[in-house]
Amino acid sequence: MNIWRQARWLEDIIPLKKGFKNLLHVLPYEDEFKDVDVNHYLPEKIVRRDIDIPAYPELEVVRHYVRLSQESYGVNTGTVPLGSCTMKYNPKINDVVVKNEVLEELHPETPEELVQGLLEILWELEQWLKEITGMDRCSFQVPAGAAGELAGALIIRQYHIDRGENRDEMLVPDSAHGTNPASAAMAGFKVVTLPTDTNGNVDTEALKASVSRRTAGLMLTNPNTLGLFEEHIDKISDIIHGAGGLLYYDGANLNGILGVARPGDMGFDIVHLNLHKTFSAPHGGGGPGGAAICVKKELEGYLPRPLLTRSGGRFVWDYSCDKCIGMMRVYYGNIIALLRTYLYILMLGPQGLREVCEVSVLNTNYLMKKLLNSGFYELPYGTRPRKHEVVFSARKLKKDVGVTAEDVAKALLDRGLHAPTIYFPLIVEEALMIELTESESIYDIERYVEALIEIAKEAYRDPQKIKNSPKHTTVSRLDLAKANHPRTLVLSTKYLKESS
Amino acid sequence: MPHPWIPNSDPEIKKYMLSVIGVNSIEELFEDIPEKYRLKHLLKVGMGKPLSELEAKKVFEEKLRRVYRYEVPPFLGGEYCLHYVPEVVKSLLLRDEFYTAYTPYQPEINQGLLQALFEYQSLMTELYGVEVVNASMYDGSTALAEAVRMALRATRRRKIVVSKGIGPMKMSVLRTWLKGLEVKIVEAPLDLDKGTTSLSRLYTLVDGETAALVTSNPTFYGSIESEIDEQAELIHRKGGLFIVFADPISLGVLKAPGEYGADIVVGEGQPLGLGLYYGGSTLGILGTRKDLRLIRQLPGRLVGMTTTLDGTSRGFALVLQTREQHIRRERATSNITTNSALAAIAVAIYVTYMGGAGLKRLARSIAARTVYLIEQVSTKLADSVRLLFAGAKYFKQVPLRFNRAYEQIFNLLLKQGVVGGTPLSRYEPEYSDVGLFCVTEVHSKRHIDKLVESLREVIKREHMEAS
Repeated sequence: MNIWRQARWLEDIIPLKKGFKNLLHVLPYEDEFKDVDVNHYLPEKIVRRDIDIPAYPELEVVRHYVRLSQESYGVNTGTVPLGSCTMKYNPKINDVVVKNEVLEELHPETPEELVQGLLEILWELEQWLKEITGMDRCSFQVPAGAAGELAGALIIRQYHIDRGENRDEMLVPDSAHGTNPASAAMAGFKVVTLPTDTNGNVDTEALKASVSRRTAGLMLTNPNTLGLFEEHIDKISDIIHGAGGLLYYDGANLNGILGVARPGDMGFDIVHLNLHKTFSAPHGGGGPGGAAICVKKELEGYLPRPLLTRSGGRFVWDYSCDKCIGMMRVYYGNIIALLRTYLYILMLGPQGLREVCEVSVLNTNYLMKKLLNSGFYELPYGTRPRKHEVVFSARKLKKDVGVTAEDVAKALLDRGLHAPTIYFPLIVEEALMIELTESESIYDIERYVEALIEIAKEAYRDPQKIKNSPKHTTVSRLDLAKANHPRTLVLSTKYLKESS
Repeated sequence: MPHPWIPNSDPEIKKYMLSVIGVNSIEELFEDIPEKYRLKHLLKVGMGKPLSELEAKKVFEEKLRRVYRYEVPPFLGGEYCLHYVPEVVKSLLLRDEFYTAYTPYQPEINQGLLQALFEYQSLMTELYGVEVVNASMYDGSTALAEAVRMALRATRRRKIVVSKGIGPMKMSVLRTWLKGLEVKIVEAPLDLDKGTTSLSRLYTLVDGETAALVTSNPTFYGSIESEIDEQAELIHRKGGLFIVFADPISLGVLKAPGEYGADIVVGEGQPLGLGLYYGGSTLGILGTRKDLRLIRQLPGRLVGMTTTLDGTSRGFALVLQTREQHIRRERATSNITTNSALAAIAVAIYVTYMGGAGLKRLARSIAARTVYLIEQVSTKLADSVRLLFAGAKYFKQVPLRFNRAYEQIFNLLLKQGVVGGTPLSRYEPEYSDVGLFCVTEVHSKRHIDKLVESLREVIKREHMEAS
């Protein structure tokens, strides 16, 4: 049988790995300043003695990190169908952004007059994002989706304060991403959790019962984390607005309606976008991502500053802040991700963007149909078409043979495939949350479905074999109890030095 | 519309897939979206049609042609300065397995990524003199805001004292991130001669209610906090935490914050091989002592070392995840999810490449440039320029106070092909006559001489025109 195997290099850990003491770097212009007396200038008591990091030859550095990369797995290695993460292809053309030396050296304090071409790109991008979301103004100040949520929650807070109202409750569905309640809590709100009804929608009766004069707003992702479009979005919007609250759109799942429907038309007041999900900026092993926060006209004044404005054909950063919530970070935003987004939209055009959404939804439903037909995995909340993602349950496997969602995930790794998001959303037992995106071909999808079916069959034949996986990844299953126990916790090489 | 990035946009494949699903058209898959919300038209985005790679690149390049190319490396200071990025870093960062990976939720298949992040954490603990640094935050400013929130939780106190040395921008970010919490933010002024946080004022401002004292060393203005031990002693005597923001490059010459008593360390990773890109993306460094009470309040991802279940080999995994939003939800330490992992790998590569000795020499050579700039300015421009803090020692950034509005001088310098220090007027109107100049390894002696020479000419001409 052909078996997939991942690289395993057993690289020693830097900075414990054997290195050199005094490898001589040739530093730029160092010799020109040899005569300057630094020793007498710097106060003795604050001067550093040693940095306990060896030096490594350049080739050694290259080999080490090439080898570590070979022990890693991304979209450019294989299918990564992590639900709600939108692991789509990161087009190679977008790398021109990071390779551009003018940008690499471009200081954010460079006067606006000298960077008009770049600002024009950002300004056009803002127009496009407004059109895509159906909103009136965007700020790029937020460094990632969760920061967008915090900014949104702070806008909601300030909006109510300015109206003289004391509203301290934020409504969040139980299917929401964990960032929603976390962001609301960071902004000082009490979080009120809303249940999901049997069709996978927000329970509108519960919503009606939950709103009050204390309701500041509702944070909603649509399509939700079950991959289902909130069918009663009209009613939800009416209830929230009727109660005096605002409606926040978590853009993590925008791929499911991109170019087909717009949050702004559905009554959302604030939207955040994850550029590293919907708009192909890479995830980078966890970041940096990119984001934008867009609002309706009446909330424009609250957006984090600076905002990009155009006056007399020139682009300038506007720092004026009357009602605004302030700055979310220094300077203007994650420019790299913004420029990647610009190129992505440029190359796809209006037709392509809609195609992204349609095919991501097509892919989801194709996988859903195939996997459902196999009978091994259950599909909670009915068979209504999903959008960008679908959540299956491995409950039956667990009940029948004790094989859990985690075991299935590990068995997928052994087949050279990345696992889906597991155990999320929390409302689905033994959840397998699968998002293929538009990037995976029919053959990749079929291979993935076959792998899932194969694993289920094997689970009934020999459950222990599944529970013992993975065997072909760089390492076999890890001891997470040990990893997390206070007595055996190791968070840096300093922990190792102490114990040796 | 078929597109190479969307394989199943091939009409035949699409038709086949729809038939398997059992629907007649794509539209049927969207029928649960209320009719009135379904767009009848295409979005007005891009150039109204798909562009080829060549065309897109041309559009992009044409616009970037209208971006200034520095003749002399800019002396712009502030939150970032221009540093050199070695090709090793840039090349390795484009390894597909790193940059197209997600957060390593499945550790067995992402050991390399996890090890690189563990190495980043370890290298930063060496640099900052603590035992724990997380796997990165968005940038220095948000890391600082999270450090303060962390201190508030750990001490259950509601007041913080922040040195003015933290600078206007991070102060503004901090205020935003603390909205919604009922927290008293007290700003401690700088000593106008020494450029260090005023100790006498700190003695009255820091009290038994203070959760943390927040100091930047060097300050935003480049001045070195030479009485930092006293600050640490004071806040600890009052039972609060000491938060120190430090430029990682400065740690090649300055003591590690952990060495002088910092409980929480913060930094901006940009100088360590990240480039500028008009301000983003960068990386926030956030760490703490080996103290579980503090570690449990630390936001963000943490990579830990463990073994396989069978105990036969070493391995790495994300740990202490119960602090995080996807498990703890509204009781999480933070909402942070996406961080700056790839930038953390860049920093790890950069520091590995430089080594401790290389970092020390680099920092010393930057210190030498700082001294050189100050010497030149004080000898050649003594009549019209002085240091903002006369008695301060500086590293990397030097605030120069002119005898007139600085922005004019900045604009005249530009005409000489020199991008001078950052005018502070945008952030602090009271400093309308101050420019914050930064010198790093990218500046040769000739560059600095050119700056000083140009300043002299500009000032002379201005003077003549005025008289």
